[in-house]
Amino acid sequence: MPRKLTNPFSTSSMPQSERAGERRASHSKGNRLVGFFSSKAKEQSHSQQQSSVSSPSAMSLPTISLSAAAAGEQHLDEPPTTLFEPPSADEARKEERAASQFGPLLHPTHRHVSQSFGQPLETPIEDEPPYYFVLTTYLSYLILIFCGHIRDFFGKRFGNKKHYQTLKAQNGYAPLNDDFDNFYVRRLKLRLDDCFARPTTGVPGRFITLMDRKSDDFNRTYKFTGTYTQTLNMSSYNYLGFAQSDGPCADAVEECVRKYGLSSASPRADSGTNDLAVEVEREVAQFVGKPAAMVFSMGFVTNAGSFPALVSKGCLILSDELNHASIRIGARLSGAVIRSFKHNDIGDLEAKLREAISQGQPRTHRPWKKILVAVEGLYSMEGTMVDLPGVLALKKKYKFFLYVDEAHSIGALGPRGRGVCDYFGVDPAEIDILMGTLTKSFGANGGYVAAEKHIIDKLRSTNAATLLGESPAPSVLMQILASLRIITGELAPGQGEERLQRIAFNSRYLRLGLKRLGYIVYGHDDSPIIPIMLYHPAKIAAFSHEMLKRKISVVVVGYPATPLISSRARFCVSSAHNKEDLDRVLAACDEVGDIIQIKYSTGLAGGAEPLPEGVTPEMEKEWRKANGLEGVIKPPRWKLEDVLARGVQDAKVPLR
Amino acid sequence: MDLQDLQTRLNLFLDHAATTFQKVPGSAVLIRYVRSSYQNDPVRSAIELVLVIFFIRYLLSPSYSTSKVNYVKLTEDEIDELVEEWTPEPLVAPLTPLEETSLEKLPILVGPSGPKSKLSTGKTVTNLASYNFYNLNANEQIKEKAIATLRTYGVGPCGPPQFYGTQDVHMKAEADIASYLGTEKCIVYAQAFSAISSVIPAFCKRGDVIVADRAVNYSIRRGLEISRSNIRWYNHNDFEDLEQVMRGVVAEQKKKGKLTRRFIVTEGLFETCGDMNNLPKLVELKEKYKFRIILDETWSFGVLGRTGRGLTEHQNVDPTQIDMIVGSLAGPLCAGGGFCAGDGDVVEHQRIAAAAYTFSAALPAMLAMTASESLNVLQSNPEILAGCRENVRLLRGQLAEGRSEWVVCTSAAENPVQLLVLREEVVRARRLELEDQERLLQECVDEALANGVLITRLKGMSISTHNSLKDGSWIVQPALKVCVTSGLSKKDIEKAGQTIRHAITKVMTKKGNNKLNLPAA
Repeated sequence: MPRKLTNPFSTSSMPQSERAGERRASHSKGNRLVGFFSSKAKEQSHSQQQSSVSSPSAMSLPTISLSAAAAGEQHLDEPPTTLFEPPSADEARKEERAASQFGPLLHPTHRHVSQSFGQPLETPIEDEPPYYFVLTTYLSYLILIFCGHIRDFFGKRFGNKKHYQTLKAQNGYAPLNDDFDNFYVRRLKLRLDDCFARPTTGVPGRFITLMDRKSDDFNRTYKFTGTYTQTLNMSSYNYLGFAQSDGPCADAVEECVRKYGLSSASPRADSGTNDLAVEVEREVAQFVGKPAAMVFSMGFVTNAGSFPALVSKGCLILSDELNHASIRIGARLSGAVIRSFKHNDIGDLEAKLREAISQGQPRTHRPWKKILVAVEGLYSMEGTMVDLPGVLALKKKYKFFLYVDEAHSIGALGPRGRGVCDYFGVDPAEIDILMGTLTKSFGANGGYVAAEKHIIDKLRSTNAATLLGESPAPSVLMQILASLRIITGELAPGQGEERLQRIAFNSRYLRLGLKRLGYIVYGHDDSPIIPIMLYHPAKIAAFSHEMLKRKISVVVVGYPATPLISSRARFCVSSAHNKEDLDRVLAACDEVGDIIQIKYSTGLAGGAEPLPEGVTPEMEKEWRKANGLEGVIKPPRWKLEDVLARGVQDAKVPLR
Repeated sequence: MDLQDLQTRLNLFLDHAATTFQKVPGSAVLIRYVRSSYQNDPVRSAIELVLVIFFIRYLLSPSYSTSKVNYVKLTEDEIDELVEEWTPEPLVAPLTPLEETSLEKLPILVGPSGPKSKLSTGKTVTNLASYNFYNLNANEQIKEKAIATLRTYGVGPCGPPQFYGTQDVHMKAEADIASYLGTEKCIVYAQAFSAISSVIPAFCKRGDVIVADRAVNYSIRRGLEISRSNIRWYNHNDFEDLEQVMRGVVAEQKKKGKLTRRFIVTEGLFETCGDMNNLPKLVELKEKYKFRIILDETWSFGVLGRTGRGLTEHQNVDPTQIDMIVGSLAGPLCAGGGFCAGDGDVVEHQRIAAAAYTFSAALPAMLAMTASESLNVLQSNPEILAGCRENVRLLRGQLAEGRSEWVVCTSAAENPVQLLVLREEVVRARRLELEDQERLLQECVDEALANGVLITRLKGMSISTHNSLKDGSWIVQPALKVCVTSGLSKKDIEKAGQTIRHAITKVMTKKGNNKLNLPAA
């Protein structure tokens, strides 16, 4: 496929005056929009009827800073929403608080069922930026490394000794850090350090409150300014919106703390097993569709502890190359041989399996005792789903054991929120070990492993984290139990379904919108993790700052969490968001994308213009032929208004 | 004729090739270079030509991996056959009889964990199997604080600390622990069990040297394993052996002229034997041989010292002399998570390099707040600690100091976790294997429970022995674990101690147990 080399310069070859004018226009529009949205967000809680996005009265409202959390209280003289009596100040505050954690649904059509459309899972097309951007990205890193070495050279000789003391041997002790290993942290990460670990306070729900900080010494130290900024939360793994301090979950947890205290004060194998833990395990097992389950107090250790309990020397672990660090550490601890296969590449997996089984163990050629294939349901940096039907087809032939890490997919995928099995309509019995975390969709903490009863029984006596690690706190267990019951509909019927369908809609809506704006978006359509590509290291910080200016918190990731070149920003969609929030994100992305030039998309991976009236997707091929449009791919650069106008209806059909 | 025709064609082609070649930019230079070098030195031209050919061949040759040396080439059909034939072992082995009984007998508490706990059997028992040493689990002040936190923060932080998972309560907990211990900074992990397994590999890399006590617990072993450092062991709490090992390491490095990071990894109160470390001696050796100390205070933090600051307070050692102090917030503090306290550089490095911190969700806000509040309670009421120590003394009066002819107590006198192992002469006389000991101790646990006292035994022997680290001869001794709590009255403790002692005697004198292991008579 030919790359368009003209594209990179297209924006810069524009007449200067025109560009400036355009940018100014979009900027002022953006400011109005942001202002509108920020005031709107405040207002939303008071009057839920006001759902029309382009309400002119709201447009003319002055910008109200979201940062002043107390500001909302002054607006309590809003018109009443009921005929009988105006809500009291207290009630209104409560309502507003609830809405800041879980946004109200604006329209009943903003729902969708997360389910495979039936056809086999296709690998999403990964669009590539023009060569110009690839080259300049490498160049940026070269310049950064070069400057870093210059600064090191002078810094070590004339600079502040304190900054380099961990790199030098001191009175007989070897340096604490390796000079080489530390270079990245010292010279590259420090420059964008303020985009990471931003301290927060309060509930990480629909909005998240950041504690403002500033640095006078180039991100070495921070000072808190004492102010707070409430931002739209696109960063937390709050998939089903259970990060709430009110509502049935929090009530159950409060009661639980009063009854059980805060700790089980013992490992599960000693006296840390209580009725609550047993109940949670039963419910989790039932939820994922396995006969038995066990819960842990930490998701990381669930993986790190399970692998050594399952496999040992003489066994083989075939692990997806993009598996999470906890799987890699667990695999390493197990003593088994580890090989990796290309991300989600069933062909490569089969080749590796054939080689492994036919060649046996290295050197001795003895057959492997067992082969364990470890995959994730949903990959947290790519937004891709495992091709479960493909893997299961291999499983029948090659008799390996399958370990599926559903850390991100449980709750977030499937018509009933039961993860990838539910999404693809696969019987969970076909998978040997289902692991997942309770941190994300359930708003609690910890992880679980579900399997056949005899496997769980054995794991209980061989898994170090159960025998020696602390058991989950009763409050956390209660949060799991309550949120599980909401999802299944036992508690607050209807709410669970709403949450599941909202996240499915939100994910598709935002993904489609970003593609149409011209972003390169990775991952499968139904994934609530939406990574957009930034490439340049400088754009990591720029994107994060620009979004923060627009009061949106995003996660940005660069090397070493991703390959050197593919730095990205990641949106985590939640049920707590409503269409208005996503529109706010799209508006911000539209502006920011123009400012820092990250609308790279060539149109290969979606975002195409809608088909004209009367042309169905089946007829598309013929229609293209008839109009001479075969093979014509136009880079999508939709106007924001069009994206918003068509988003809802188009998000519900296969995305194009 | 034909031949002539061919010749003209060849000439034509050569001509054509020559003109095309001349049209290529730079070809004139190449020809001139080749001509002049041929005139001067034809051998050189030949060598260069060979080099060029070799270079092209090298570029075109497929990359090969050295691991394929042992590769057996098979046809697709053969592979299919092998695939067909291959039968894997089952995913897990069947349960051993001991595992089966422990699973069956696993106590399930109904309601809160406290000094008196209700079991699923309906019985209320004295709970001497939990780390709730000060009964802070029932502290109303802490509960209220936790509930207030719940109502502002919800339960989970829904993200790792590096991505908006750091909340102000975490920073407060970190600052509180640091100021309580007297170190510069502190970092809070989401789980105590994985804290030290992550701290060790964050600092110890391939090529570094770690000197570790043979008796260190499983979490430490895991950390050592992941670190890929050179590990030297010294005999449990044997400082002469330690010094010898350290001296050896220093001499070795001096000879090689290479200075690597060197660490001592040990525990404050040992998990597997309950005895105490000698910190002043350790610090002396550290200063002498320039090692850094990673001290696991999981069992001593909140336990030793006048206000519970741990081994440093108990033995009057300046905490800044210990490079990394790792501890638990999930034990007596009744919160959750673990921590590592130390220098600013040490702590900040972990925020990027420690896997259990960067790749895991943060600690729930409620538990971080609970940790802060528990420390506050301990600091303002040191008499709570004294109450617990008094109970330890009373219990030891019933079980240790030669009270039982079957077991001895290996724990330090200050340790609320009292470990009871079978006396050596008993083990020898009855030729008890490790499994037999475990089985007997499990029976003791059951017998005590039948009489209303919940105790437990040291777990995890099976996994710590099949660890891939070769540490020589150290064997974890099976033991009964009795955990004291200040929530019980003196009378209750004494009574519980008696019950345990009687239970042990009953099991050990039981006919079957005696006969089973005696030589057939």
